Amino acid sequence: MSPIISPTPASPISLRRLAEGQKAVIVSISAQSELGRRIRDMGLVPGAEVEVVGRAPLKDPVALRLKGFTLSLRNNEADFITVIPKN
Amino acid sequence: MPHTTPIILALAGNPNSGKTTAFNFYTGSRQHVANYPGITVERKEGFLRAHDRDVRLIDLPGTYALTAYTEDELVARRGLTPGGPDAPDCVINVLNAGALERNLYLSVQILELGLPLVLALNMHDEAEKQGMIINCGRLAELLGIPVVPTVARSGIGLDKALAAAVQVSLDRRAAKSSGLGGAKPLDISYGPDLDPVIQEFTALIEGNEALCARYPARWIAIKYLENDSEIRDLVAAADSALDVRLAAGLEQVTRHLKSTTGSYPEAIIADYRYGFISSLLRQGVVTRQDELRNRVARSDQLDKVLTHRFFGPLILLGVLYSMYKITFGLGEIPMGWVEAFFGWLSESVSGLLAEGLLKSLLVSGMIDGVGSVMGFVPLILTMFLLISVLEDSGYMARVAYMMDRVLRAFGLHGYSVMPFIISGGIAGGCAVPGVLATRTLRSPREKLATLLTLPFMTCGAKLPVFLLLAAAFFPGNETSVMLIISLVAWGMALMIAKLLRSTIIRGESTPFVMELPPYRLPTLFGVLIHTWERTWQYIKKAGTVILAISIVIWASMTFPELPEEMAAKDDSSAARLEYSFAGRLGKSLELVTAPAGFDWRVNIALLGGIGAKEVIVSTLGTAYSLSEEDIAAVEDSDDTTSLQSRLRGDPNWNPVNAAALMAFVLLYAPCFVTLAVMRQETGSWKWSAFSLIFNTLLAFAVAVAVYQVGMLVI
Repeated sequence: MSPIISPTPASPISLRRLAEGQKAVIVSISAQSELGRRIRDMGLVPGAEVEVVGRAPLKDPVALRLKGFTLSLRNNEADFITVIPKN
Repeated sequence: MPHTTPIILALAGNPNSGKTTAFNFYTGSRQHVANYPGITVERKEGFLRAHDRDVRLIDLPGTYALTAYTEDELVARRGLTPGGPDAPDCVINVLNAGALERNLYLSVQILELGLPLVLALNMHDEAEKQGMIINCGRLAELLGIPVVPTVARSGIGLDKALAAAVQVSLDRRAAKSSGLGGAKPLDISYGPDLDPVIQEFTALIEGNEALCARYPARWIAIKYLENDSEIRDLVAAADSALDVRLAAGLEQVTRHLKSTTGSYPEAIIADYRYGFISSLLRQGVVTRQDELRNRVARSDQLDKVLTHRFFGPLILLGVLYSMYKITFGLGEIPMGWVEAFFGWLSESVSGLLAEGLLKSLLVSGMIDGVGSVMGFVPLILTMFLLISVLEDSGYMARVAYMMDRVLRAFGLHGYSVMPFIISGGIAGGCAVPGVLATRTLRSPREKLATLLTLPFMTCGAKLPVFLLLAAAFFPGNETSVMLIISLVAWGMALMIAKLLRSTIIRGESTPFVMELPPYRLPTLFGVLIHTWERTWQYIKKAGTVILAISIVIWASMTFPELPEEMAAKDDSSAARLEYSFAGRLGKSLELVTAPAGFDWRVNIALLGGIGAKEVIVSTLGTAYSLSEEDIAAVEDSDDTTSLQSRLRGDPNWNPVNAAALMAFVLLYAPCFVTLAVMRQETGSWKWSAFSLIFNTLLAFAVAVAVYQVGMLVI
């Protein structure tokens, strides 16, 4: 019996490109210094699962759900975060 | 006797964790708020007795980590320095149990500092409703510290947490006096790349006693690897040879990591810290049931409406408008009482004293001056009350979230909108509470840009000037004139903000990354305490400065007195004013102000307006020698008919210099109360001075442009 072929894992994309309601797992964060520190302090680290729960009326900033809380960040800050979308 | 010294406990935790609620519960009204010298972070302390001990409880600012980026974090860290002056015997760390993982990130860092810790797992009930069962006993066992479930809003578990902290403190003191040493700092592995470097660094740092007396050596090593600016400076100051060695080590490991993993030390440290926490929680601390309908979900439902693409901004407009209406509508009633009281005081004192300098000083100088400051108190009280409600409910964070995109274009922040509105973004506000409202802005550059541009708004005290001039020179078009003024105010504020942010307060925008806390019903006690603290600070600080300044203004309009031979000819108030120091200054300024079309009378009124904008119209009245009754009518009922006709009849006046004057009044130096609170909020007179000079020059340039172009056209 051949092993069950799992669907090819989605390729990494920028967090900005996640659609509303879509879940994803963080793979890397390329921000450094203050922004990088703040992002990590809030628990946005590789392996963390996030979900886009909404966007502000002008499509920016974006609201994310992490384990047990909601946080928001600007699109240009989300650009530093690479995620793999979950199906 | 070591036992007689009070136990020092520090209260630490993330923003929105319920830390402030816990502090209010412990200390009630027996708390003391002050600002740290030179910075604007509030320092809160309370004294209480627990288990027959005097306890000094220090409330540290809410932070997510112990980095060195914001004032809040630096203050929190200073309060947690094991070798610092206020080193706590024990720290009570309040955690939001629902977001346990992120909240433990701070706890772990406190443990790394080697400070004794008690965890208060707050909102424990909500976490359970979210389907998250936390085994406190297991967490306590794994970390080796007391863990107490609490519900701060209703006070559940807080006494237990306090008792545990007092017990830990006493045990520690006993251990210390018997030479057993304190708590051992927590050691986390930071992986194969960093662990050897940390070890090497620690050994080197242990050679320096002064450093080790302040922080554990290993903690300094980790912070150095995180490239923490404060710690690097500390090491460099203590031992430059050590700093050189550590810097070389840091550079080497940074290069190595970059080439092998593409990462850098501070990122790896954060990853391992979170890794430590999640492995901790997996060891039977947290069990998750299926997500139930929870507060976060309910909060999401609310957000679907409150931050909706169309309804969100509409509701926001409604909230801002009613906030403004309530502040000035409701605040006006007690404001009337305060004004009536000072009016009565002024009359009684006038009646008691004989005509003369003492009476003039007391009444015109002191009582009127202090009265003008106290008159703002009801407004400020109401505004802080509403802001506290908006903040505590979680809506304020949504305001910032929705407005950020627009304001960021001008170098500002989503939170800037509220101060602008309060200052007169809707005509009739006041810059004093507006400046104080910038406290919600946590980003220093954006806060400064907001604070420096909000005086351009049409505050209530500028309105009578506009109304007077519009009625006198643009009859029938008053509404359009007022609309144009409001638009010019907003346009100038945003443009100048952009200008400042690309010149003297240049710099990257502060990261926006911000928690959107779940909506909650604010507690009455919390809101009241918050409001009172902020208002009292205003009364104390602004009150003292204003008293001094109003005496100076009074003196400059009174001295030198008219000599007798001149008084015999003309003893009118205008003649006396003209002869006074202010009058002479106004005259000599005519040379400068002529291109804007201002004569000496206008100059004096504008100078007085720096004291308080309300003074402009009444000083103009005095300078044009209106009878006492007419001045009273102008002051009391905004009935400016007599002054209007006086100005209209004056050959020196026309619509063009009226427009120039309106532009000048809109833009020039903020009043002294505003300057005083600016100093309070920025921590230095530097920005008040900047505002005074820059705004006046800007206003002058605009006024000259309006006058010169206008004169060409007509």
